[in-house]
Amino acid sequence: MTSADQTLNGLAIRGDLKVIAGLVPHQSRVLDIGSSDGSLLDLLVRERGVDGRGIELSQDGVNKSVARGLSVIQGDADMDLADYPDKSFDVVIMSQTLQATRDPKGVVDELLRIGDKVIISIPNFAHWRNRLQLLLRGRMPVTKYLPYEWYDTPNIHFCSLRDFLALCDELDASVEKAIALSGKGNPIPFSAPWWVWNLVAEQAVFLLRRA
Amino acid sequence: MAEETSATDPTSRSLQEADKPSSRLAVFGADAPLTLDAGSSLAPWQIAYETYGELNADKTNAVLVCHALTGDQYVASSNPITGKSGWWTRMVGPGRPIDTDRYFVICANVLGGCLGTTGPATLNPETGRPYGLDMPVVTIRDMVRAQARLVDSFGIETLFAVVGGSMGGMQVLQWAASYPDRVFAAVPIAAGARHSSQNIAFHEVGRQAIMADPDWCGGNYIAEGKRPTKGLAVARMAAHITYMSDESLHQKFGRNLQDREDLTFGFDADFQIESYLRHQGMTFVDRFDANSYLYVTRAMDYFDLAAEFGSLPAAFKNSKTRFCIMSFTSDWLFPTSESRAVVKALNAAAANVSFVEIDSDRGHDAFLLDVPEMFSTIRGFVTGAARARGIPAPGGND
Repeated sequence: MTSADQTLNGLAIRGDLKVIAGLVPHQSRVLDIGSSDGSLLDLLVRERGVDGRGIELSQDGVNKSVARGLSVIQGDADMDLADYPDKSFDVVIMSQTLQATRDPKGVVDELLRIGDKVIISIPNFAHWRNRLQLLLRGRMPVTKYLPYEWYDTPNIHFCSLRDFLALCDELDASVEKAIALSGKGNPIPFSAPWWVWNLVAEQAVFLLRRA
Repeated sequence: MAEETSATDPTSRSLQEADKPSSRLAVFGADAPLTLDAGSSLAPWQIAYETYGELNADKTNAVLVCHALTGDQYVASSNPITGKSGWWTRMVGPGRPIDTDRYFVICANVLGGCLGTTGPATLNPETGRPYGLDMPVVTIRDMVRAQARLVDSFGIETLFAVVGGSMGGMQVLQWAASYPDRVFAAVPIAAGARHSSQNIAFHEVGRQAIMADPDWCGGNYIAEGKRPTKGLAVARMAAHITYMSDESLHQKFGRNLQDREDLTFGFDADFQIESYLRHQGMTFVDRFDANSYLYVTRAMDYFDLAAEFGSLPAAFKNSKTRFCIMSFTSDWLFPTSESRAVVKALNAAAANVSFVEIDSDRGHDAFLLDVPEMFSTIRGFVTGAARARGIPAPGGND
């Protein structure tokens, strides 16, 4: 959903691709929402043999994707998901985009309707570094992975990992897998209760399904 | 006009092309009628076409290019009347996005046209005179039916791609809807699934201009040795405005005066834009038949896929075709919203669709012009589709 020169958490997006790709079954039908320049779709088509589609807001991203042979349309997660029939995809992916939508709850609800499985990755606003900045400086956090000022950020609906889990509950979505990631997108190599992950993970990938 | 019929005279030349085209010609006899939406059928009938490149052994690399309202089969070779080079040589040719070193390209004059496919200027075998208004009104679907018969004659089961802009894009959509198993990839550019009320309105102005010309003779002008050139020129002038954006007109002409320092306080072409439009009108009448203009504009007006199939998603139900829909930001004749409606329907049908809106200030005509982003997108889409279809690249690499 972002233009190429305004990539959300640039490093993080590159990093979580591998983790997401690992959750996508071979040969499945995949819709990637906020597909950017098509990097993830391209990876999935080449390495997992999926039948992949993308929706991307920036014209530049769409044109680049189509020019590399991917099926991508220009569109908006807040507006265009209603056009898709129920369960028309095996997997619907939304990577680092949910926090930039106007109606995240409505969007997740639509994802669960369209996809048999839904993979969502989000940045964790409750990471200790963010908490510390707010606590000590009294200013909205600006970090390497969340580089925007409050007034120019496209990320209008931040949440913590626990906030997101609460939303899943509310939407009757079961969390089949949750992987906490470092800022670089590497899985955090130990298991821990949610309150710990909510403190140390800079982002997370969730595999959801409507219960 | 009638007595000056030397072979070089454009009028007699175009009459000749209507019956005996310089291009290739497929003739279907009395035993092979073409059924029409109007309820009648045509027999015998003929379709004039050009081909470029080689059809491969398993016949999987054929691309059908569909032309727009006043286009012709000479997509990548010179027009025999004007001598001008093909109308889409930037898109079709060796090494071009539709690469004739890789694909076998077919382009046919549309049914109702005037460059060799049966149309109102063709001789009616029953009377020995041009059909004129005795030609049944044809539709976009009829045009596509005629093309399908031509494709059959090559023994081609499935077209690798069907590509076209404007009315050509309508034919692409009709192909995908009518023959879903025969179209591997579809590229409708600057088109829509219907002709809008505004579009019909502009066409009606053009038709009225033609029919108001006394030399139209109730459609019988060829037999009477006349040509409604004034009416046809006005029709072309009105239409031409719709092909350009306000911004491109402004950039090209502004309020500049034509070969003069001051306004003349008369009705000569004071402004460059007037002179330009008059030129467009005058050159058009040499290469186009007035009745053909009536028929082909009517076919566009009647086009409405949603009406034909009950709804637009129904038109593309279970489609396996890969679509690449393209529109241009400054096109107000077929605005992006029309393309988006098609994309929406394709998504509802869970079809495989790409959609690109190209930023251009050139208006509807952008698809015929040098717009690099269009070429790179179509090259990428077509190459990706060729890979999926297993058509080898020339030289062995994509």
